[in-house]
Amino acid sequence: MDLQKLITKPKKGAKSIRAGEELTVVGQSVPRIDGWEKIKGAAKYTDDLEFGPGLLYAALVESPFAHARIKSIDISKAEKLHGVVKVVTGGNFTQKFGLYMNDRYVFATDTVRFVGEQVAAVVATDPKIALRGAGLVKVEYEELPAVMDAVKALEKDSPLVHPDLKSYTHVPWFFPKPGTNIAHWRKIRKGDLAKGFRDADLVMEDTYSVPRYAHCAIEPHSAIGLYDASGRLTMWTSSQSPFTQRHVFAETLKSFGLSHKDVRVISTYIGGGFGGKAGVTMEIIAAALALTVPGRPVKLLWSRAQEFYNTYQRLGCTAKIKMGVSKAGKITALDFKLHWDAGAYVEYGANVVNAAGLSASGPYKVDNLSIDSMCTYTNLPPCGAYRGFGYSEFLFGLESHITRMARELGLDPVEFRMKNAIKEGDTLPYGAHMNPTGIRDAIERVRKEIRWGVKEKSKDPKKAIGKAQVCFWKSPAMPPNASSSAFLKFNEDGSINILVSGMEIGQGLLTVMAQIASEVLSVPVSKIRVETPDTDRNPYEWQTVGSHVTWGCGNAVKRAALEARERILDLVQRVHCLDKSALYLEDQHVKCRTKPDFALRFSDFVINGIQAEDHTFKGGPIMGSGVFMPEFASAISDPETGQGGHPNVHYTTGSAGIILEVDRETGKMKIKKVALAVDCGKAINPDLVRGQIVGGLLQGFATVLYEDMRYNEKGRLLNPNFSDYKIPTVMDMPDQVVPIIIEVAQPDGPFGARGVGEHTMIPCAPLIANAVEDAVGVRIKSMPVTKEKVALAVKAAKK
Amino acid sequence: MKQHNIQFWLNGEKVSLQVEPSDVLLDVLRGKLGIKSPKAGCDRGDCGTCTVLMNGKTIRSCLALAVEADGAEIVTLEGANSRKWTQRLQKTFHEKNAFQCGFCAPGVILSATELLENNSRPTTHDIKEAIAGNLCRCTGYEPIVEAIEETVKGK
Repeated sequence: MDLQKLITKPKKGAKSIRAGEELTVVGQSVPRIDGWEKIKGAAKYTDDLEFGPGLLYAALVESPFAHARIKSIDISKAEKLHGVVKVVTGGNFTQKFGLYMNDRYVFATDTVRFVGEQVAAVVATDPKIALRGAGLVKVEYEELPAVMDAVKALEKDSPLVHPDLKSYTHVPWFFPKPGTNIAHWRKIRKGDLAKGFRDADLVMEDTYSVPRYAHCAIEPHSAIGLYDASGRLTMWTSSQSPFTQRHVFAETLKSFGLSHKDVRVISTYIGGGFGGKAGVTMEIIAAALALTVPGRPVKLLWSRAQEFYNTYQRLGCTAKIKMGVSKAGKITALDFKLHWDAGAYVEYGANVVNAAGLSASGPYKVDNLSIDSMCTYTNLPPCGAYRGFGYSEFLFGLESHITRMARELGLDPVEFRMKNAIKEGDTLPYGAHMNPTGIRDAIERVRKEIRWGVKEKSKDPKKAIGKAQVCFWKSPAMPPNASSSAFLKFNEDGSINILVSGMEIGQGLLTVMAQIASEVLSVPVSKIRVETPDTDRNPYEWQTVGSHVTWGCGNAVKRAALEARERILDLVQRVHCLDKSALYLEDQHVKCRTKPDFALRFSDFVINGIQAEDHTFKGGPIMGSGVFMPEFASAISDPETGQGGHPNVHYTTGSAGIILEVDRETGKMKIKKVALAVDCGKAINPDLVRGQIVGGLLQGFATVLYEDMRYNEKGRLLNPNFSDYKIPTVMDMPDQVVPIIIEVAQPDGPFGARGVGEHTMIPCAPLIANAVEDAVGVRIKSMPVTKEKVALAVKAAKK
Repeated sequence: MKQHNIQFWLNGEKVSLQVEPSDVLLDVLRGKLGIKSPKAGCDRGDCGTCTVLMNGKTIRSCLALAVEADGAEIVTLEGANSRKWTQRLQKTFHEKNAFQCGFCAPGVILSATELLENNSRPTTHDIKEAIAGNLCRCTGYEPIVEAIEETVKGK
């Protein structure tokens, strides 16, 4: 597939920020710089690291109850087991932690709040002994009433998951309601909602529900901790967020005398993250355990089952939507209530709720808007970041509802979206203004690609073909001061090492960072090495989440490269008396526009300097550093209206369309074709963008078609494995996937780039639901839209 | 517990060691023999990331006991790196950026190697069948299938 052909360059509004300059490396599908290592099986993941025969292994004692008081813990039998080195309980660690809301302990202390919560740990010389030891710890519980449903959790007589909520510390943009199960309530009030509904020709109200989902990265979480005699804690973790982890470790364990300088986090390649390895989950346990066995490395490795029930899950959501539309097809009002089941701890998940609350209008201009996004504690496992960060959930309801309303009014659903799609400069739900966007080009390209408006018939009379097209948007959800930084160092031969702490999580960050530096410095990608971070060596990066690192970390790398270039040019100007403005870099040389025969090879001076006429040397090692912080962002706004501030840095927009074949009898669905157009500003590596589109779509379709976390009435997860929680195999691929890249430059992005990682999975649910209705005339309002549900709905409709 | 002495060929070299009867082949390869390309993803044969070749056929090393390897020929990706089809596959996988996080890559490459060593003209369906037991959460499989098809064409 020739990806260059897929890139659309809109005629208007597509001014490159480097107009007139030809890009040579940025925009090329260069092979991944981590490709060979991975393909040879040589890439090291955390559990592949060797720690010698002294390595200890930990196993956990976990709560069998969704809600219970811990009456007593008897560790005496476990301690006596041969090979057990230490048994650790919550009493040793009394500091609460969290990313945005400090609501968790390392181990449950007096109360357990979900099935599987860690109560104690056994550290032993062998993993089997550790497990046996964990079985010998006797915990006595007093079971408490539990709440498993986010809507029931709001009832007056509901059990309280956190009676002490009032005392919890949190970021200033969260609004918990002590005495209830509401951990955060994001409100948006814009325009005049009542007037908007009065102006509507059609008002429709309905409820859409989305269950919990699991990331299912193929690599389970793992962490190894070593606390040495110098008072230093080194952690090797499978993480998207080494610096955030360092901060949480240092803050949570500061009573042990640790400060940030003492904590070092090393992250090797990770076998998939999807948000599940963002923040801190099980790693804090390994950190705490390391402190109890000084001088000896201790490993905690999650089983697949633990991966399901004790990392973050994707939040469940019940979405109540009321929308008003005029005959002409204008959205006049939107009242959107999102009830989120965030689980027992929301230290990260509450920010998902916040992000969705800020953006639940979707990529449309809605002047009269009310959003209530409510983060609710329940006695199910904690939820947090998952690729899409709340947007997949609200888009299911919103984009289902829009198609239904357009159809009801006899309007074309795609034309409806085109009419309401947001434009650059439009007012966003929180009052700031929309960034440049290619959403209209995306709608147009997808509309053509799926032959919208042309009804197709299946060759099989039992099957029907339906089509659908929806839009999506997403912004990075990050604190306003989330920053990125980069170091860049030249070597004697003119090669470069770049140090960043953006994580390679499969998306191709390392390659893209090399391409950005290559473009600025004219050094080929093959001569640039970028590796995964070690917080002692590499400079700060907040986290690799929110599809923001191409933009944030990319800006830092670009600035580092520009600084190195300045140093080179300054040096050459000083020693060779050439005017800096005439100098430029090309093919690893400094050249001069006014002196065509001048060419100074990088390898001749980037370390050892330039020899002047008097035989002395000038210069020295060429380095650059770059820092990026979105200095225009602010999270402070009116809690009652959400107005004010600039919480989101920008939105990436796009559109997706589907041709779906549905079997009327069995409900079985086959994706004949899917097209997704996304405005990534500038595709620094189009092949990697295509990778995000194709991979993200399949992950998204799986959440609609079959994935689903099932709990029993006691809060126990019934399907914590790949036999019972099915993720797609190669047999589940759509017949055809058409990736379409739109490039309307992001003014503050490196070469105009903005993020694309999450966006590719978020339109999938309404695509399927709308196409099913188009094909067989039934509307499914709860995810997943399984073949069983479709078949039963078709059967019921016939009656 | 009673120890068993076992001997087998690992990537062309003879190894002998003592194992417990309950030791799992994957754990022995990774923990005792330093072979890290097979990974533990699910411990119950669902994900295929622990795939190795035993006497030329792919098996899930998380479902095999170490004692079953006694006398067998075991090849992991570390050893398969020198095989003709593996190398051809790797070249196309690299050119086509077929993997993302790379965790499933060793298993996928061994499954594809087994296929091509036995059938150098597979159909797309054959290719999908061959790697249907290897879960990949990143790529959506399309670039992997395309790369295998391209390897076959370019042979």
